[in-house]
Amino acid sequence: MSHPTAPLRAPLEIEFDYTRSLGPVLSQFMAALAERRILGARGADGRVHAPPFEYDPVTAEPPGELTEVGPEGTVVSWSWMPEPLAGQPLAEPFAWALIRLDGADTAMLHAVDAGSAAAMRTGLRVRPRWAERPAGSIRDIACFEPCDGPAGVAAGEDAGEVIPGMTITPVRLHYMHTASPGETAYLRGLAEHRLLGQRCGVCGQVYVPPRGTCPADGVPTSEEVELPESGTVTTFCIVNVGYPGQKVTPPYVAAAVLLDGADIAFQHLVLGCDPDEVRMGMRVRAVWDESGSISHFAPTGEADAPYESFARCL
Amino acid sequence: MSVPEVAVVGFAQSPCRVREDATTSGVEMLVPIFAEVFGATGLTKSDIGFWCSGSSDYLAGRAFSFVSAVDAIGAVPPTMESHVEMDAAWALYEAWAKVLTGEAEIALAYGFGKSSGAELRRVLALQLDPYLLAPLWPDSVSVAALQARLGLEAGRWTEKDMAEVAARSRAAAVGNPDAQVSGAVAASDLLARPYVAEPLRAHDCAPVGDGAAVVIIASADRARELCERPAWISGFAHQVDSGSLGARDLLAVPSAAGAARAAGAGAVEVAPIEEAAVEEAAVEVAPIEVAELHAPFSHQELLLREALGLGDGVAVNPSGGALCANPMFAAGLARIGLAARAVMSGRAERALGHATSGPALQQNLVCVLSGEAS
Repeated sequence: MSHPTAPLRAPLEIEFDYTRSLGPVLSQFMAALAERRILGARGADGRVHAPPFEYDPVTAEPPGELTEVGPEGTVVSWSWMPEPLAGQPLAEPFAWALIRLDGADTAMLHAVDAGSAAAMRTGLRVRPRWAERPAGSIRDIACFEPCDGPAGVAAGEDAGEVIPGMTITPVRLHYMHTASPGETAYLRGLAEHRLLGQRCGVCGQVYVPPRGTCPADGVPTSEEVELPESGTVTTFCIVNVGYPGQKVTPPYVAAAVLLDGADIAFQHLVLGCDPDEVRMGMRVRAVWDESGSISHFAPTGEADAPYESFARCL
Repeated sequence: MSVPEVAVVGFAQSPCRVREDATTSGVEMLVPIFAEVFGATGLTKSDIGFWCSGSSDYLAGRAFSFVSAVDAIGAVPPTMESHVEMDAAWALYEAWAKVLTGEAEIALAYGFGKSSGAELRRVLALQLDPYLLAPLWPDSVSVAALQARLGLEAGRWTEKDMAEVAARSRAAAVGNPDAQVSGAVAASDLLARPYVAEPLRAHDCAPVGDGAAVVIIASADRARELCERPAWISGFAHQVDSGSLGARDLLAVPSAAGAARAAGAGAVEVAPIEEAAVEEAAVEVAPIEVAELHAPFSHQELLLREALGLGDGVAVNPSGGALCANPMFAAGLARIGLAARAVMSGRAERALGHATSGPALQQNLVCVLSGEAS
């Protein structure tokens, strides 16, 4: 292969919010947190669980009336976090602790702002440091702090919208995404306005973009094949629905395009004509954008490809 | 009840490494080990009646990531295929059920994980209770550290005991080319190193590495054709403890003890176990000679030895264990594969493979393998 083979790598940031219903028990628990109270549930065996269970671990019955515990408690076990990770309750070094709240028999996991590992010990008495503005989540307790120390102030967080009975958990994940060798060759080819695929050495099928492995034979594919930028619409749909971040105004066509010489279609946009004109068998050609990628496919005006020529790819 | 006999007939794993060149689809790691296990058994992909994989979208950073991996199995024409969002040891359990029910004669389970694609300990916070725990992002190392301290302060082990587990594991891994960490090191030297999450030091935690593993199982008749000495599955079970971390007794592993009992491993009642009881149990049952335990943290090996009732006579983690190679979603399956290899090679008559999932040994699976069909 003539191109550099080091796989392309790039940071990938994934962000989404989980919005969850709290259900009857945790709704009460979170509502109480907003009033700076902590609730637990008494089990059939008499033990008080804090946080409360939704179903008794022994009898599987829902709890009766919840009972107030704490808010002070005792550290049962702890570990030290010297370099806090994104999203954790404190940005400065802190302790994770299992805390048995006064009146409870089980422990709650939370952070303790102790200042140093030397200040932490099992048996330490701690109290909650409440968030300035409740958000309807476990983070309404900003963290715990030693009872014998000064009261700290919770860092102001954007509490966001509070919906009774619901909790919103933002998730932010960071990856270093690596393209496969075949994808890398394909992406480098695009920058030169070339379409590079791979042929399976066993069955001879040509895959574009390259998959690295033949899905039929399960063997690595390494023979590179350059394909023309023309192809056939095998099937398509007209998109009429809008969504956040959409770059093309509906209605528009998303189509499966089979490049000439390829054995697998890929999905792309078909623009440059009225969506109603797009049809199975329509001949199309790549239109390149300024960034060196394919913007979309547009009709060539050639006669349609016969159905038999692409039926195997449907 | 007479249970149909099923045996492990093949195993392969990729070396566990940080692989910057690998995608999260696992294909690059899977294709060579499929070739290896097919080569060793003489099977081809068309002989496999059922495929089942274990992997995770959170690790891959994309939805339905396991679908890309299906390319590696050559799924055209379509095959009977399934997936678990768990360690592939649980995929093997599903495959075992398929063979037991007669739906497949030969089944293949595989697992893969590019653990290094993101900050693993942080990603693993998302396996926790989504209401009360995950919003705080408690990372997997910190959670394990809470468990380790409980044991330290209860007098169940010392930091030196933990370092000795690590030192022994690394020494055992010297002969294992698939291990990511190995070497001769004194426990006292390990103890001189700093904490990463007090009371855990780096040696107490599994390294972050990328890898894949594959195990093939077969029904009795096929197993005898395919393998000179199949590793017969005499028991296979898994159990789970409460998802409420603070409500669990983190020094007991009832799900491990329960799974071992259900799998006929001869485990005794859950901790706390008197020393004498362990010895007595070890004498009573047919001895397990080799145990591959999936303990991603040093103190967890100590907990598991006790929960599974493994006495001093058992060779624990001769591969170096998960402390030397812990490719996520493959390491548990690899434990079973390695235990099976000990039987297939004749090194052991009876061996045990264990897998864990979830925080602080929440879920546990035990597979007991034997040189003799029952």
